Amino acid sequence: MKSKATVVITLSVLLLSVMFSSCNKSQDNVIKIGQFASLTGSEATFGISSDNGIKLAVEEINSSGGVLGKQIQLVTEDNQGKPNETQTVVQKLINRDKVIGIIGEVASSRSKAAAPICQQNKIPMISQASTNPEVTAIGDYVFRVCFIDPFQATVMSKFALNSMKVKKVALLIDQRNAYSTGLADNFRKTFVEMGGEIVEEQKYSSGDKDFKAQLTAIKYKNPEAIFVPGYYTDVGLIAIQLREIGMSVPLFGGDGWESDKLTEGKAKDALEGCFFSTHISTEDPNPLIQNFIKKYRDKYKIEPDAYSFLGYDAMMLMADAIKRAGSTEGDKIRIELAKTKDFKGVTGNITINDQRNAIKPAVVLEIKGGKFKYKETIAP
Amino acid sequence: MIEFIQQFINGLSLGSIYALIALGYTMIYGILRFINFAHGDVFMIGAFSGYYLAFLFSFSTFTGGASVAMAIVILLGSMVVCSILGFTLEKLAYKPLRNSPKLTILITAIGVSLFLEYGGQLVFGADPKSFPTLLENKELFNVGGAAVFSNSVVVIIVSLVLMILLRIIVMNTKMGTAMRAVSFNHNVASLMGININRVISFTFILGSSLAAAAGILFGLNYPKVDPLIGIIYGLKAFVAAVLGGIGNILGAALGGLILGLVETFVSGYLSSTYRDAIAFGILIIILLFRPTGLLGKKEIEKV
Repeated sequence: MKSKATVVITLSVLLLSVMFSSCNKSQDNVIKIGQFASLTGSEATFGISSDNGIKLAVEEINSSGGVLGKQIQLVTEDNQGKPNETQTVVQKLINRDKVIGIIGEVASSRSKAAAPICQQNKIPMISQASTNPEVTAIGDYVFRVCFIDPFQATVMSKFALNSMKVKKVALLIDQRNAYSTGLADNFRKTFVEMGGEIVEEQKYSSGDKDFKAQLTAIKYKNPEAIFVPGYYTDVGLIAIQLREIGMSVPLFGGDGWESDKLTEGKAKDALEGCFFSTHISTEDPNPLIQNFIKKYRDKYKIEPDAYSFLGYDAMMLMADAIKRAGSTEGDKIRIELAKTKDFKGVTGNITINDQRNAIKPAVVLEIKGGKFKYKETIAP
Repeated sequence: MIEFIQQFINGLSLGSIYALIALGYTMIYGILRFINFAHGDVFMIGAFSGYYLAFLFSFSTFTGGASVAMAIVILLGSMVVCSILGFTLEKLAYKPLRNSPKLTILITAIGVSLFLEYGGQLVFGADPKSFPTLLENKELFNVGGAAVFSNSVVVIIVSLVLMILLRIIVMNTKMGTAMRAVSFNHNVASLMGININRVISFTFILGSSLAAAAGILFGLNYPKVDPLIGIIYGLKAFVAAVLGGIGNILGAALGGLILGLVETFVSGYLSSTYRDAIAFGILIIILLFRPTGLLGKKEIEKV
């Protein structure tokens, strides 16, 4: 009986000391910025690429003297690519780590999970690459540094009709993914308005491995191309299985395809000649972009993708807004973020509009030999 | 009609994978009267063994170098790996609990399952891996647009061969006779001089190697593997085993094929939104009319 009591007491002391030690860590000479990202899970490259970009930005800010005379400390939490995990880690960032601003995420469904919490706690949040319009509609503390899906849908509708010269298109939508259903809805609307025709619509759930049933159904409607607004993990499998049922039409999609894992393995041949829209092209000769690529390569020994650029811009914009506000109070940072005009980012000039979105052009890339080749830029 | 044929082939190859996993569930249930919830994760380990074995055998490129002999070696190698895994799991996790209440061993199985899933994430990494091309996927024939590719046929044939082998082992060998005897009654079987521990170990080895084969066939057809694929495929295979009548080997095979076909037809002709709802709805209806599953026999509980 006595030993049991001892164990209980020891455990509670341990637990309390852990709780207090983490509370006491808050130092006065740093500004804490939180980040939630999918560093593991099926969309891991989204998180890793943008995390690398954000870290690069923090390093630069700190080496040039920091913000308001203080260094920036980045607190990163992995949400494993799950919306419910996101809510847990964002709560932790705000309540335990006491961050004053939050950056995240690439995937819209996870940003949508985090935004209400940031809004409630009056912590400004910048999403680097969530394109679903509903993300920033959640509240006036939620911003983004990328374009939104109605625009991306217009870009791909124009591209399909004018450059790919296809009129009969089938849709394959990830029904469990807010990004995918949102982009598909917008595409359906604009593509039909511009004179195209949707001959078939099929759905899948992210994480599915078998797409042959849906693809076979699409095959017998004879589309000239298939629009797949999904994430790279599923798109690779879809392309492989599409070729396996003997179909050779091109696939095209949105920025969810952007990952060096997209063309891994058999998907390299299956995706040859397919297109997707995204935020920037690394082939762009613009010195800002090439300079960033060089810095990124030197530090990480790998190639950046669009999310590295956007992560960098999101962090830079956050630091800039804190500087302009001259304060770490959420309310003041929010007001400054909303006033952002012609902020010089590596992904182009960022002006935040009334809906707290950035207005930017999009690029279309073509997959050739497993590499992403620049095809065209479409301005808003 | 051609679309129907193509969907039928899609369904058969998906169903074959369910069936192979379901066989492991049903055999272990038949012998020990418990659901080995870790079985789906043994399937996952099978797929990953194939992935790493392929690299071990200098399969450095993802394409090219594919040969039938190599594929068979990798298939057998991963079956061996999972046999050892199944054997060890039974010895370490389940054997010490053999005389405990059924619930204890069931919870242990869930624990083992979680251990394999999250241990797998730690060891293999959580991001999906591209499964190497073990066999070149050639178009076998094309009738009016219904293309039949070699991989779907390989899946169906390999599953069929393994199931026939299993049938022979269970029906025509001494060990198989012992397995059937143990499934009737542990005590009486052991009184007849059957070494129960050996039979149970053998059952785990057999079931786990079939799961490994399913893992390789899965990688062949859907070349993306991650440490959590065992969850959903294990669940579906469990449903297939119950559908066919758990404890019945032929039933598990039949249940797997039915589930694969139903899922494919629902996705292809209706909408994949209702795929799982309809597949599980059918399970409920069948269990309402035949509570022991399609081929299950009624058991009288002796008190």
